[in-house]
Amino acid sequence: MIYEASLVAVVIFFVFVGITLGISFYMGRKAQSSEGYFAAHGQIPWFVNGVAFAGDYLSAASFLGICGMIAFYGYDGFLYSIGFLAGWIVALFVVAEPMKRLGKFTFADALNAKFQSPGIKIAAGISTLAVSVFYLIPQMVGAGVLVQPLLGYDHWVGVVIVGAVVILIVVTAGMVSTTWVQFLKGSLLVFFSAILTVMILNRGFEVKEGGKDGYQFRTFGPFAAEQVVDWDNPTSLGPAIVQQPALAGGEWQLEETGKLKLPKFLLSNDVFWFLDVQADDEVYLRECQTAETRDGKTFVNGQELGSKASEDADPAQLHPIGYVSRLPGGQEKTGPLGPLGFFKTLQDSEVVLWKKTSSSQHPGVDIYVPTPTPGSQVLRPGEHPKFAGIRKPELLGKLNFLSLMLALFCGTASLPHILIRYYTVKDAAAARKSTIVGIASIGFFYVLTLYMGLGAMTSGAMDVTTSNMAAPLLARSISPFLFAAISAIAFTTVLGTVSGLILASAGAVTHDLLSNVMKVELTSAEQVRVAKIASVVVGAIAIVLGILFKGLNVGYLVGWAFSVAASANLPALVMLLFWKGTTKEGIIAAIIVGMVSSLGWILLSADTFKDVYGLPAEDALVPFSQPGIVTIPLGFLTLVVVSLLTKQKAATGV
Amino acid sequence: MESRNARIGLILFAVYLALYGGFVYLSAFQAEAMESTPLAGLNLAVLYGFGLIIAALVLALVYGWLCRETGSEGSSQEGDQ
Repeated sequence: MIYEASLVAVVIFFVFVGITLGISFYMGRKAQSSEGYFAAHGQIPWFVNGVAFAGDYLSAASFLGICGMIAFYGYDGFLYSIGFLAGWIVALFVVAEPMKRLGKFTFADALNAKFQSPGIKIAAGISTLAVSVFYLIPQMVGAGVLVQPLLGYDHWVGVVIVGAVVILIVVTAGMVSTTWVQFLKGSLLVFFSAILTVMILNRGFEVKEGGKDGYQFRTFGPFAAEQVVDWDNPTSLGPAIVQQPALAGGEWQLEETGKLKLPKFLLSNDVFWFLDVQADDEVYLRECQTAETRDGKTFVNGQELGSKASEDADPAQLHPIGYVSRLPGGQEKTGPLGPLGFFKTLQDSEVVLWKKTSSSQHPGVDIYVPTPTPGSQVLRPGEHPKFAGIRKPELLGKLNFLSLMLALFCGTASLPHILIRYYTVKDAAAARKSTIVGIASIGFFYVLTLYMGLGAMTSGAMDVTTSNMAAPLLARSISPFLFAAISAIAFTTVLGTVSGLILASAGAVTHDLLSNVMKVELTSAEQVRVAKIASVVVGAIAIVLGILFKGLNVGYLVGWAFSVAASANLPALVMLLFWKGTTKEGIIAAIIVGMVSSLGWILLSADTFKDVYGLPAEDALVPFSQPGIVTIPLGFLTLVVVSLLTKQKAATGV
Repeated sequence: MESRNARIGLILFAVYLALYGGFVYLSAFQAEAMESTPLAGLNLAVLYGFGLIIAALVLALVYGWLCRETGSEGSSQEGDQ
């Protein structure tokens, strides 16, 4: 059973959300003025603010996305951990103190401190909105994913619940309460992740042939190739197959593989068997799992989801996966492992990973194929299809990887909801100290992600159809209480991050756009009211997008948000701090060009074509999916060129 | 004093950039090097990855300590030490 609502989980969940809202209402009473609403009067203690940085930053993407990607593909998910943390170095060493000195409420304030130009405020306000909305998508997707196993609701219900609760938090409270919520949640997330890691190490590894429900996936072989199929007439079953009761009566699914038309799947009694041809021409037949939607109903492994094959049979559902198939020295079970012994053991083991594929003869059927993978491959970069380029000679795949790592490095220091947290402490020294506390908490958590991800990979509890659920399902495989606590924390994680983002957007609308575009002079109380209305609108947009982007790994979506942030905001921020020749026209042009080019690149990329529009990936108009390596330098270039041009004009014009 | 902090920041930034750049370069262009197991049976990918996280924390602490030594408090009115 992968998903069933649990009463303990539901109760703990609502207690968490209740406490969060309670704090929010209580603290929010104190913050009625504009300074209080947006910047908590600059009076948050630096330690609290530092942990709140972790709370803001360790979003659904870090927790659900990274753990999930590691659980399904190994080390590649950890690349995100490394990149996300490295970005904090840029934030601390380059941006933190000047930002605090320059700004008042928003990122745009800081950019505009020197020029007092409405144009800069408008451009920066728009880019804040764009980045925040982009970053909101994965959070909302994560919310939907969490609610499904916890309360048994559909994905969209989760998205709507989060949207509604967050709008309530932001409208009632503002920055004081979101800071305390973030502090609470950041501490709990790191604490419970540490507990989970200790339990993973304590459990160690055990050889299994299936997941927690006790179902053992069947494998036949090794057979000599000619025993399995008559290669001259590939539709015929070979003698070795005919003798197997489980396989007899099946038919080969012929697929174009290379030059010859050879079988890839055997379909027998509703079960797909993958023909796994090894390098030495030995053949294994591996039992797959399938999922498809027919006439609005979901079918898993050939049966309607939840239906019973016979009176006393369990309702049909996909079997949980995630198991070690071989341990070093032929051991069956390792017992407790040390933090380094964990990797050393896994390095010499073999894990069964499941890869999603399809058959051209059965369109619409998702086929999940078990793939025994050596631990040494699990612990190296390049197993995820989106990173596989680094193991190929072509430069484009490597560029895609470099581009992502660059965007992660540059993105953190350009995220509006992180930047506004610099205004909640009283001075530059406090900004610096809270960043250091933030780096310590976040770094510690990211070390844990590798243990949690690999622990999930070998927990026997994974849902083969979604990587986003890995961390909560891992917790449930250990204890129901831990599952409830982790799910509730993950949910508050989403709540906290979403409130931070919505607050940043509301600030941008109120301070940067309304007062500059509409030329409206607002009183402090009116500003707060406008910000609240803006929060409701942005929240509603986020709900809709969260439902539309349901299918993508949330970590991957966040990577894109980082690309947009880094391309639009970083060139302006860095050049303003370090180049005296920067002009206001240069800043405006860099923001617009960086934002439009990175957004455009993403919308025209192969990943968006395939996963969002449902079009063939080959039709994509850009050569690789991650924009950063092109659009970040483009932003810098635009700034320099436009600044030089406008400077000359200003000089000759006088 | 602000410029001293900024200079320290940029130097430490350059150190980390070199470490991070090395990691990204190895992953992209010497992928097989990441599979070697130089120490305690752990592969380079795990060692380097953890190393980067630890390095970030160490550099952050060094920065905090150096800036504190100068007594620089930026725009602070009351001081916070």
